[in-house]
Amino acid sequence: MRIPTVVIGAGHAGLAVSHGLAARSIDHVVLERGEVANTWRFERWDSLRLLTPNWQTRLPGLQYDGDDPDGYMTMSEVVEFIERYSLVNDAPVQTHTPVETVRRSNGGYEVVANGQVWECDAVVLATGGFNLPKLPPVARDLPTDLVSLTPLQYRNPNDLLDGGVLVVGASSSGIQIGDEIRRSGRPVTIAVGEHVRMPRVYRGKDIQWWMDRSGLLDERYDEVDDIVRARHVPSPQLVGTPERSTVDLNALSAEGVRLVGRLSSIVDDTAHLSGSLRNVCNLADLKMVRLLDTIDEWAAENPLDDGVGPPERFIPTYVEDAPPLTLDLTNGEIRTIVWATGYQPDYSWLDVPALDRKGEIRHDGGVVLDSPGLYRIGLNFLRRRKSSFIHGAEDDARDLTEHLAGYLGSQARSVA
Amino acid sequence: MTTTQPSVSNGVNVGALLDARAALVDAPEAAQFKWRATTEWVDGTHSQSTIEGFFGLGEEQTHKTTFSFSADHPEVFASEDHGATPVELVLVGLASCLTAGVASVAQNREIQLNSVKATIEGDMDILGILGGDPEIRNGFSGIEVNYKIDADATPQEIEALVAQSQKRSAVFDVITNPTNVTVNVN
Repeated sequence: MRIPTVVIGAGHAGLAVSHGLAARSIDHVVLERGEVANTWRFERWDSLRLLTPNWQTRLPGLQYDGDDPDGYMTMSEVVEFIERYSLVNDAPVQTHTPVETVRRSNGGYEVVANGQVWECDAVVLATGGFNLPKLPPVARDLPTDLVSLTPLQYRNPNDLLDGGVLVVGASSSGIQIGDEIRRSGRPVTIAVGEHVRMPRVYRGKDIQWWMDRSGLLDERYDEVDDIVRARHVPSPQLVGTPERSTVDLNALSAEGVRLVGRLSSIVDDTAHLSGSLRNVCNLADLKMVRLLDTIDEWAAENPLDDGVGPPERFIPTYVEDAPPLTLDLTNGEIRTIVWATGYQPDYSWLDVPALDRKGEIRHDGGVVLDSPGLYRIGLNFLRRRKSSFIHGAEDDARDLTEHLAGYLGSQARSVA
Repeated sequence: MTTTQPSVSNGVNVGALLDARAALVDAPEAAQFKWRATTEWVDGTHSQSTIEGFFGLGEEQTHKTTFSFSADHPEVFASEDHGATPVELVLVGLASCLTAGVASVAQNREIQLNSVKATIEGDMDILGILGGDPEIRNGFSGIEVNYKIDADATPQEIEALVAQSQKRSAVFDVITNPTNVTVNVN
């Protein structure tokens, strides 16, 4: 089959691109391996909610219109929102059509999916950034009698064995999972590496409100000092709860979670923990203060809503005097280990030389390098700080469909 | 790199370091270094170490001069005290690595340093090395570094310099994380 453009993935980003293509009357198909919003539907733990408040949840042509603008969507609400988006756009989605190969062909691309072959000029990869867990090499050395889970496998504490749990990683996934496992009564230890600390609510407003209004979320990829670093900053320690609570390391310590240093190796069934815990906590505290300073400076120069409170500062992260440097993994205290060490995209079906030596796609703001007509959307800081959020797809999809339309136009001219 | 003259000078060529990083990301094999030292026993607990060459950027390199260090143990260990103890040399390694980091980060953040002084202390229960108590480790039970820094910056910016220098320090990593060590006899 011949079609100008194939979009792979019917999540929020792929559907936002589809909306932009339709607005430009560019014929396309959206190939989806499972259902619309498949990842949100099947690959997240039960209690997860969006990290962004409802008022911020918008896609081109659809804005949250419920009665709880300050709440955070549950996964089933996210699925409902994205399904609704697909329906109102009448998006040309083919569900249950997993892509097996994307390869170059006749100056364009050939997409093989579920036995069909699509010939096209442009391909948009909207396949998500969280397809596979990113496990550190130390995961290979785990004693076999421990249960090892990734956040893609974890659903809720009831599925776990009784007994202690070691959560590796203290970013968004790690603190959320650690928090709810602790609340189930199990002893929880969190191995803490570099992380980003943020209060859920600051001066009476959601931290996302401040980042949104002050323009921080709109900061562009070609404006930051070090984009490689910016793209690899861990997700902030935020959680969406009806109570709008802050779950930082101090909150976890208060619940009885034990903080230890980064897991650096496992030798003879003993986990060795880094002595850097104090420094990573200090770095995160300092960075949070810099963020709040930036917000306060912006607030001093701009008119604010009613109900904005005075500047606040938070208690530095408490670290015990001599955190343990080893953990015995065979004495029965720890039965389960959860690897909240990050995620990575799956490109196993991409037969185009577009990846760097680390397996990451080489792109300039979503325009894949050295591969005209190939686009990527839905990665951390793809084009803007907000790129990884649902509403981040709005501007990114607009920019990329504009670029793509220009590319198709130039192809048409060169053929004519 | 930009050719504008930086207004701040801590004597660190940050531009060259950033250029090197950019070049090495594209040529990762050139980033593989080997650091070396040679140590000869003199007498008693006294040894003499020399440092001359290392490998990096794809070839053998040499220092401008050969550096030499004596190590020994003090008289309270019934030694002759011809040099610093090896554990003191470890402390020197950590403090000088962190201090180099402070200067580099300050240069990168355009912070002028006026003076930097680190005082470093390592606590040790020597019953460990004497074999007097198998529960006690040989090495430090803890290390504390105290910085006195005079710089054209806020206390918070100075604190951030020190935190960032730990994050990027090789010796801080060597001390805070385990490393496989292989000792052969040839």
